[in-house]
Amino acid sequence: MTKLNSKTPDGPIAEKWTNHKNNINVVNPANKRNIDVIVVGSGLAGASAAASLAEMGYNVKNFCFQDSPRRAHSIAAQGGINAAKNYQNDGDSTYRLFYDTVKGGDYRARESNVYRLAEVSANIIDQCVAQGVPFARDYGGLLDNRSFGGVLVSRTFYAKGQTGQQLLLGAYSAMSRQINTGKVKMYNRHEMLDLVLVDGKARGIIARNLITGNIERYGAHAVVLATGGYGNVFFLSTNAMGSNVTAAWRAHRRGAYFANPCYTQIHPTCIPRSGDYQSKLTLMSESLRNDGRIWVPKEKEDAIAIREGRMKPVDLPEEKRDYYLERRYPAFGNLVPRDVASRAAKERCDAGYGVNQTGEAVYLDFTAAILRYGQERANILHIKNPSAAEIKDLGEKVIESKYGNLFQMYEKITDENPYKTPMMIYPAVHYTMGGLWVDYNLMTTIPGCYAAGEANFSDHGANRLGASALMQGLADGYFVLPYTIGDFLADDIRTGPISTDSPEFEATEKEVKERLDSLLNNKGTKSVDFFHKRLGKVMWDKVGMSRNAEGLKEALAEIRQIREEFYKDVFVPGTMHSFNPELEKAGRVADFLELGELFAKDALERPESCGGHFREESQTEEGEALRDDTNFAFVSAWEWTGDPKDSQLHKEELTFNDIELKQRSYK
Amino acid sequence: MMNLTLKIWRQADAKSQGKMETFKVTEISEHMSFLEMLDVLNEQLINEGKDPVAFDHDCREGICGACSLYINGQPHGPDRAITTCQLHMRTFKDGDTIYIEPWRAKAFPVIKDLVVDRTAFDRIMQSGGYVSVNTSGNTIDANAIPIPKEDADNAFDAATCIGCGACVAACKNASAMLFVSAKVSQLALLPQGKVERQDRVLNMVEQMDKEGFGNCTNTGACSIECPKEISLENIARLNREYLMASLTK
Ligand SMILES: Cc1cc2nc3c(=O)[nH]c(=O)nc-3n(C[C@H](O)[C@H](O)[C@H](O)COP(=O)(O)OP(=O)(O)OC[C@H]3O[C@@H](n4cnc5c(N)ncnc54)[C@H](O)[C@@H]3O)c2cc1C
Ligand code: SF4
Ligand code: FES
Repeated sequence: MTKLNSKTPDGPIAEKWTNHKNNINVVNPANKRNIDVIVVGSGLAGASAAASLAEMGYNVKNFCFQDSPRRAHSIAAQGGINAAKNYQNDGDSTYRLFYDTVKGGDYRARESNVYRLAEVSANIIDQCVAQGVPFARDYGGLLDNRSFGGVLVSRTFYAKGQTGQQLLLGAYSAMSRQINTGKVKMYNRHEMLDLVLVDGKARGIIARNLITGNIERYGAHAVVLATGGYGNVFFLSTNAMGSNVTAAWRAHRRGAYFANPCYTQIHPTCIPRSGDYQSKLTLMSESLRNDGRIWVPKEKEDAIAIREGRMKPVDLPEEKRDYYLERRYPAFGNLVPRDVASRAAKERCDAGYGVNQTGEAVYLDFTAAILRYGQERANILHIKNPSAAEIKDLGEKVIESKYGNLFQMYEKITDENPYKTPMMIYPAVHYTMGGLWVDYNLMTTIPGCYAAGEANFSDHGANRLGASALMQGLADGYFVLPYTIGDFLADDIRTGPISTDSPEFEATEKEVKERLDSLLNNKGTKSVDFFHKRLGKVMWDKVGMSRNAEGLKEALAEIRQIREEFYKDVFVPGTMHSFNPELEKAGRVADFLELGELFAKDALERPESCGGHFREESQTEEGEALRDDTNFAFVSAWEWTGDPKDSQLHKEELTFNDIELKQRSYK
Repeated sequence: MMNLTLKIWRQADAKSQGKMETFKVTEISEHMSFLEMLDVLNEQLINEGKDPVAFDHDCREGICGACSLYINGQPHGPDRAITTCQLHMRTFKDGDTIYIEPWRAKAFPVIKDLVVDRTAFDRIMQSGGYVSVNTSGNTIDANAIPIPKEDADNAFDAATCIGCGACVAACKNASAMLFVSAKVSQLALLPQGKVERQDRVLNMVEQMDKEGFGNCTNTGACSIECPKEISLENIARLNREYLMASLTK
């Protein structure tokens, strides 16, 4: 059995990373030419890793299932990216970013990794600007910042509501440059379906060419999984339709421990669902909470009148509105962390104050911000005694310049104009903090198999702060993994190319083919989506925003049941050797059906509340999450033993030397 | 609720002949997105044991650029400034017949049904759509070079291109000028991109021609159909950049 060794370097926290870089093995430039690395994933983590590894001299093969690497799910990130630049001179520092992230994660992350993340963050911004990423700027030509939830400084860099797009296109361009030099070979429309181990080391993958349907073998000296998160286990989430757990799950089944699967982020500001046909949920960036105020009516009658269409929200007077976040958390107000904001919305809606037909929506209102900005602009433009309409107009322009595309997106989906009437929002599954367990080098428990970006578990503990996923993806890919991987590859300078003719490749390929064949030959009566939706409902109802032991036990049984029915009755049309999106989906849902069970089991075996994981049995008198540091200050890392119900728990104890463990408070 | 007739292009693979096929869908809600309506159709086909219609999609919020349908003769359908995944059924009415086809262009061969191969765009980007800076982290401080807000904003507007290919599909010559000009403009406007501007524009235009995209005759259909409203000014800028580079190189 592998022992969990985090390989955290010794020494004071601020020196760990530098010391570590000085002490680990490196591969000299001439030898790098003889070493191949597979990077699966072309999101921020994958594209940045592929580009950096190639620049250093390794031969890289990059894989993604989309038709172009530029379409990886990172493209959809909206609000921004954090960095401890302290450009606003508001007291930001590496330590403060580190502290905020550990606290935001409810003290369930590994200190050393988080500190390193904060340490390299400033460099990310320099790098991106050098690549031509068009971040927002002020009138003086310098970079602009905004604030995100859970922090008291302004450290978020942004490009309107398209920050992920601009950062990903930056990483994509860096990778394109390496594709042009031949150092990166790109395989788009290829899906990794298994990991190949030779002598216990990750030495390649089995992938399906999604156009021809052929099953192909690829060898390398190391494999990096940058395959994103698994929020789609809930069926409905803000993730792209194709986001899935297969690559990570297959590595898990080959020996990589899966850490904290139950840590899920439910994002407070998404567009509420509208019907059963709904295929995904749309996020409204957290940045909107900089300027939007969240409220529901104070009186139930008013909420009912609004739901029934007898009253408009704009007609409800100020004193009859309950700005519940400002009321409950005066220090952070609308900018409390996501888990806190989501639970507060659920609490109000469960109590009967929800404002749309389903009763599951609250308002996000920009009226105050529009007036404030309008007044400011009028002053700057020296307009004397501006009329109310003029102020409103000027204010709307400012809001448009900040969030224009989000407002447009909202209007397209809901057919309502959010400049005139408050937005309606409700929490939705958004991000998974859990993922493959990795050590300080980002290596999983399989030697030579690395995990980067959302696919690993490392930096966000039980709750991620806004704008920190983009930071982590790029930190992993540009600045961490390209160095730490050398420690492993240094032993491979004389290995020579990895042959794909070995019995290990043969056997793994055979298993993959059999798995796909059995799905295709099943000839049941129900579509893949039918089972995925059922799984999603169980996950949301019983393993969602709040969890209890009874519900979790039911979920465990129900998920097993759905999985059994899936294998009896799923129908997958088409053939293996053709373009077959239903077959792709079937494989992904099959893996979600196993992950879902482990997820519920993890939630059941953590009876404390922490971050996004809220156990009803563990709360304070005021209904806030109650952590149990005496018994649960550890990472749960699960080992696959053949069936999710028998997975074996390993604990990585978390020690906090540089931050004092405190009950989180945003009051 | 609406009942609709769909006329959809079916083609087994790149080599096969394709043809239009007719389908009916019923009880379509006006709140559905266009792709959700196609989900309903596919669920129906699967339940009948038939082959569902293949189409590209991923983010379903207008940013990844994957979705790509030619709907009633217009790329991304009748609405302006949106992608197909953002098109909602409230744009249609009960009883409508909707024609759904793939992007048509020599440089975008059909893979299956409504799915086309747009890797030509990737190859154009690989030929020069970047700043040649290593990702070592040893660059200058991000605020060392202030950039006038107007330049930064214009560069941003050009950079919002999602690489969907609607501009090519809209153009009678199947030209990729709007797509290429967006990247050339973004980088020409920023000090970081200026160093390589001449090589960049020459290489990208050369690759574009090699891929078999047509010539630009300034009809402007591309910009009208572009979901991100990439402006024709970018094409003008590309032409200036190209001319300048050709004269000096
Ligand atoms: C709507 C939305 C908005 C967000 N906004 C923000 C924000 O403002 N700030 C912030 O910090 N974070 C934000 N996030 C979170 C952030 O975008 C993601 O966590 C991050 O981009 C993940 O990057 P990644 O590189 O790890 O994975 P991804 O970008 O998800 O990339 C995964 C890659 O892996 C590939 N892949 C997966 N499986 C396989 C397989 N089996 N075979 C081959 N390839 C495979 C895919 O093709 C893709 O290229 C947002 C998330 C969402 C959903
Ligand atoms: S220019 Fe517009 S239409 Fe063309 S690829 Fe870019 S976003 Fe699509
Ligand atoms: S599916 Fe991503 S833009 Fe339409």
